[in-house]
Amino acid sequence: MRMRERRREPAIYAKRGDSVSIEFCGLTLAHPIINGSGTFDAIAAQRVFGAQLHERFPFAAYVSKTITLEPRAGNPPPRLWETPAGLINSIGLPNKGLERYLAEDLPALAELPVPLITNVMGASAEELSILLDACDARAEIAAIELNVSCPNVKTGLDIGADPVQLEEVMRAVRPCTGKPLIVKLTPNTADVGACALGAERGGADALSLINTLRATALAPRARRAPVGDSAPRDAAAAWLGGGTGGLSGPAIRAVALAQVAAVATRVTIPVIGMGGVQSVSHAQDLLDLGATLVAVGTESFRDPAAAARIAEGLHEMATRRG
Amino acid sequence: MSEAPFGRRLLEVTGNDELGAYRVLRVLDPQMCGPRGATPEPGQFAMIAAAEHWGGGEQQRPYLPRAFSIARLAGEECHFLLEDVGPGTRRLCELRAGDRLWVLGPLGRGFQLGGREPDQRRALLVGGGVGIAPLAILQDTLDRDTTVLLGFRDRARAAGAALLRDAHVASDDGSVGHHGLVTELLAAELERDPHAVVYACGPAAMLEGVRAICEQRATPAQLALEAGMACGFGACFGCVVARRDGGYLRVCVDGPVVDAAELEHVDAHAGAPA
Repeated sequence: MRMRERRREPAIYAKRGDSVSIEFCGLTLAHPIINGSGTFDAIAAQRVFGAQLHERFPFAAYVSKTITLEPRAGNPPPRLWETPAGLINSIGLPNKGLERYLAEDLPALAELPVPLITNVMGASAEELSILLDACDARAEIAAIELNVSCPNVKTGLDIGADPVQLEEVMRAVRPCTGKPLIVKLTPNTADVGACALGAERGGADALSLINTLRATALAPRARRAPVGDSAPRDAAAAWLGGGTGGLSGPAIRAVALAQVAAVATRVTIPVIGMGGVQSVSHAQDLLDLGATLVAVGTESFRDPAAAARIAEGLHEMATRRG
Repeated sequence: MSEAPFGRRLLEVTGNDELGAYRVLRVLDPQMCGPRGATPEPGQFAMIAAAEHWGGGEQQRPYLPRAFSIARLAGEECHFLLEDVGPGTRRLCELRAGDRLWVLGPLGRGFQLGGREPDQRRALLVGGGVGIAPLAILQDTLDRDTTVLLGFRDRARAAGAALLRDAHVASDDGSVGHHGLVTELLAAELERDPHAVVYACGPAAMLEGVRAICEQRATPAQLALEAGMACGFGACFGCVVARRDGGYLRVCVDGPVVDAAELEHVDAHAGAPA
């Protein structure tokens, strides 16, 4: 493994020759705004918005939704709950599975005007190795993001929730690919900084955070099933088909700021910051805390062009700075 | 389906008129309506949100935009039918001429007209409650005689029937028209003349009734579904309903109008964020 300096490269989004751009893990990106995995379906959006989507593509790199080895239907509805300034989703990572993703989606995603980052999730190092090997073989994929918010089949613990376990898994799967490997950290852990360090030691090229915060919602009182002797209490009141979900949106922005700060001061590899970003100033906050890139997620639900607006704002600032 | 302009746009509210228990929200939208507009197909919808004071209501909501069927196009105006049933719809009901509205759309697949029913079956439009909205633009669009059957809870809501022409009305409390369910009117209509195609929109229980009646009689039916959704353009995967052949369809991009044959049954929907 190559030696790394214990000093963060400052993230510079500035003029290079005639244009502004940013370097990220060997990729040259037009600006620092990407999407959070699972928050923008570029293939569906192309059907809805047509050619305009490519003309003003909002993201400097496109992150796919999470791909698993086998197809997943996702959780039964209801899958959504609106909270004060936020959203709980319990989607359950529906996807076609690795084989059909590569065969059916990859050709369309390769047509996007930006580099493709494929997000994968597996329940063991073995499963992750298969996913990484397959992605490594495809030139259309510029980088790979690991969703480690998945219970390890062996320990039952989320792979990314424990620094030692995360480092072990990373060491096991790192040799599978020479492509940039991004670890999407879970915020549902005692010490996100320690997990970040574990991922870096295990060979991660970059880190992204924060994923959604584990959350739940109760059904409106009128719709709850009566609590009988045989019915478990939580089932009587649960709203989401999946039981629990993940909270996102402005409600978690303050948590994102704290976690990105905690991670950026512990590691030397680049950090992708996200969580509740709605504006240029929110994105700038994460960049100021040491993030190299910023991902927009839930705000794209409110406006599919939100990330384009934020990227354009940052571009204007970078151009003015010169 | 008609393509939507990429990104939400800020529009001016031109009016918000009382219609019994409902309101008709009107916005000036030259990008969607009028000669140069995208001309949405009946059954398509838009995600809408008030530009000011969206948030800070009951339980500090609303946060997400709300999905509404396009009820009617009039010149460069687009109309939405509202009912105050939660913090989001309440805020939309408060809007007055001159206020501003965020709109993303037109979205989704609308009613599929022509082509599929070459034998010119008569069109039966079946609606319930605030769900009658897309049937108005559908009636405006259809170039043949339509039979309109609408069901409402009570007299104040039945006033919404004025949105369509020549509607036969049923009411739960018997205050207007047939005392009972609109699906009873549908069954009687199909008994009288089964050579029909049904276009329906309304609460899940009504749609399930329509689906079952049409399945039994092998009458083609298209159902406009409702589901809680965050985005409206296929990104969030939140608005799914189960397909008959397994898996889920996304109401926002695979619907909201689906062929009734695609569904095993219409579930009591998860309830859109209101």
